[in-house]
Amino acid sequence: MNSFKKNLLKKRYNAERRFQWYGKIAIGLALSFLAVFMFQIFSKGYSAFQKTWIVTEVHYDKELLLIDAESPSKDDLENADYYDVAYKAMTSLDPGLPEEEDRQLIQMVSYKYEAEVKDLLLKNPDYLGKIVPIKLTASDDVDQVHKGNYPRDIPEENRRVNDYQLQIYDMLNERGDILSEFNISFFTSPDSREAELAGIASSFMGTVFSILVCLAFSFPIAVLAAIYLEEFAPKNKFTDFIEVNINNLAAVPSIVFGLLGLGVLLAVFNLPRSTPLVGGITLSLMTLPTIIIAARASLKAVPPSIREAALAMGASNMQTTMHHTVPLSMPGTLSGTIIGLAQALGETAPLILIGMVAFVNTIPGTPVDPAASLPVQIYIWSESAERGFVEKVSACIMVLLAFLILMNLAAQIVRHKFEKKWS
Amino acid sequence: MSKIKAENVNVYYGSKQALFDVSIDIAEKEVTALIGPSGCGKSTFLRCLNRMNDVIDICRVEGSIKMDNLELNSRKLDVVRLRENVGMVFQKPNPFPKTIYENVAYGPTIHGIAQSKEEMDQIVEISLKKAALWNEVKDRLDEIGTGLSGGQQQRLCIARAISVSPEVILMDEPCSALDPIATAQIEELIDDLKKEVTIVIVTHSMSQAARVSQKTGFFHLGKLIEFGPTDKIFKNPDNQQTQDYITGRFG
Repeated sequence: MNSFKKNLLKKRYNAERRFQWYGKIAIGLALSFLAVFMFQIFSKGYSAFQKTWIVTEVHYDKELLLIDAESPSKDDLENADYYDVAYKAMTSLDPGLPEEEDRQLIQMVSYKYEAEVKDLLLKNPDYLGKIVPIKLTASDDVDQVHKGNYPRDIPEENRRVNDYQLQIYDMLNERGDILSEFNISFFTSPDSREAELAGIASSFMGTVFSILVCLAFSFPIAVLAAIYLEEFAPKNKFTDFIEVNINNLAAVPSIVFGLLGLGVLLAVFNLPRSTPLVGGITLSLMTLPTIIIAARASLKAVPPSIREAALAMGASNMQTTMHHTVPLSMPGTLSGTIIGLAQALGETAPLILIGMVAFVNTIPGTPVDPAASLPVQIYIWSESAERGFVEKVSACIMVLLAFLILMNLAAQIVRHKFEKKWS
Repeated sequence: MSKIKAENVNVYYGSKQALFDVSIDIAEKEVTALIGPSGCGKSTFLRCLNRMNDVIDICRVEGSIKMDNLELNSRKLDVVRLRENVGMVFQKPNPFPKTIYENVAYGPTIHGIAQSKEEMDQIVEISLKKAALWNEVKDRLDEIGTGLSGGQQQRLCIARAISVSPEVILMDEPCSALDPIATAQIEELIDDLKKEVTIVIVTHSMSQAARVSQKTGFFHLGKLIEFGPTDKIFKNPDNQQTQDYITGRFG
């Protein structure tokens, strides 16, 4: 081998090695971005899954409750006045505190503490007249102090928790009267202005309903369109034009679909504003081209030999399509659909335009109840100044990501499990 | 007796002409082999006989093809009925990705041939027996057809084709994807089937044409050069081109 050839060979190997390194660096960069992103979200968000409680004692005094009856009925308990009882439960933490300062104590629990006091008695009517321990939701400031997210060393006038409240908190913490438990209410409560009470139930249900409406509208329309275009439509300029337009539709920015939803669904058809019904239909406009393209691709992927086999057996076009081509294309179509829905799941802009950005503090029971959706909830919370919402934003992102990962996983499973192998 | 009579058949793919004035008489219950080099139009002609060219948008067929005095090249013809009578076996085995049973039962189902489950079972059994596949698959009829070996798949396709008792079976190079043993089995099968069915087979293997057919047609560049008894074509052809082709001087 002469030296020229040797050099050439060496260059070739070097080029390949270099190329492999470029690839590895690219993958490394991508993975490290992802790792930083994940670390950010998890380190900020994990604490939202913990809820802080303040334990105190409540005396269900019949006189303070204004209950006269000897053996009070459920209604009596329901209509009793809990203000004083709840107030005393909190102020009893520091009996020496002058009355005009008591707000400082009350502020340490959520504003719903009176309802919590009431709920406990309604659940346990035999507590009437007794002194029992009670868990009250800590205010988001105390919550953040307990989670260590709140700096204690800044000057008092810049702090939302003052020195006195910190002192009480430390005392309670030492006694073991500050509890930290899994935050069930994050999943079961609707949104709230108070960070400690806010949950994702309304936006989660809103997302679920939107996705179902989106599926119900986009899947049948898209699959029928794809089957017709692929199997029946003549191939001419007009169908080419339609195909180009469907591909273009897939590239239209989602906010444009939002405007369409606003202008047509709300203004012309007068569908109820802020509801998953309108949100789902708007999203289905976006999902439609994605599913059509996926369905056409998987119809195209069915080998022509199968169509020929069916046609040669005397099956009509319709029978060939329905008995053979469509069932064989279903795995691809379904996984395309799931990916389209996963895209719709993360869509925010069109939902904001059709009013699903409204503050909703009820859990929607049907697609025509006002609701938010998970990505919009992230957007809403990220606008809030309270520290308690910062961790909620990350937690909500985690829930959304989990949802997305589950859907993509489902798409993978559908594709691999049901895809037929060709001989 | 003549089963299919083609007269002056011209086929165009767009502006390109693929067949030129092909006229041929295909005899009943015989095997007719169509040979010729690649692209000579023999498959195109075969696909005229069950109107499979309809699938190709740009394909246009002119001329007259009569089967038992029924004009096949007519708009009014019901192709679904035609294909019930003219079955087809393709070059690559193409069973449906369904069970062996469903593969054979598909034709009788869509054409409403079997009245009951028992009748269907019987049709499936008879078809598989005729295709010499019954003994190999009788215990696994509910397995997927595409899981069989290549030769078995092709016999399954033949069983599927004969399940509707067609009068004619078209075979488009049925053995080109098979090994010699499977090929021999298919050839034996063709020999059995011709007692009941008219068979037209396109083949690249001249020895196969010589073995299985009674009549042979030689196609070249879209024209039917010579057609006659197989013996004569292979031993004493009239045409110099035929002579050159079968002796391997071109093609």
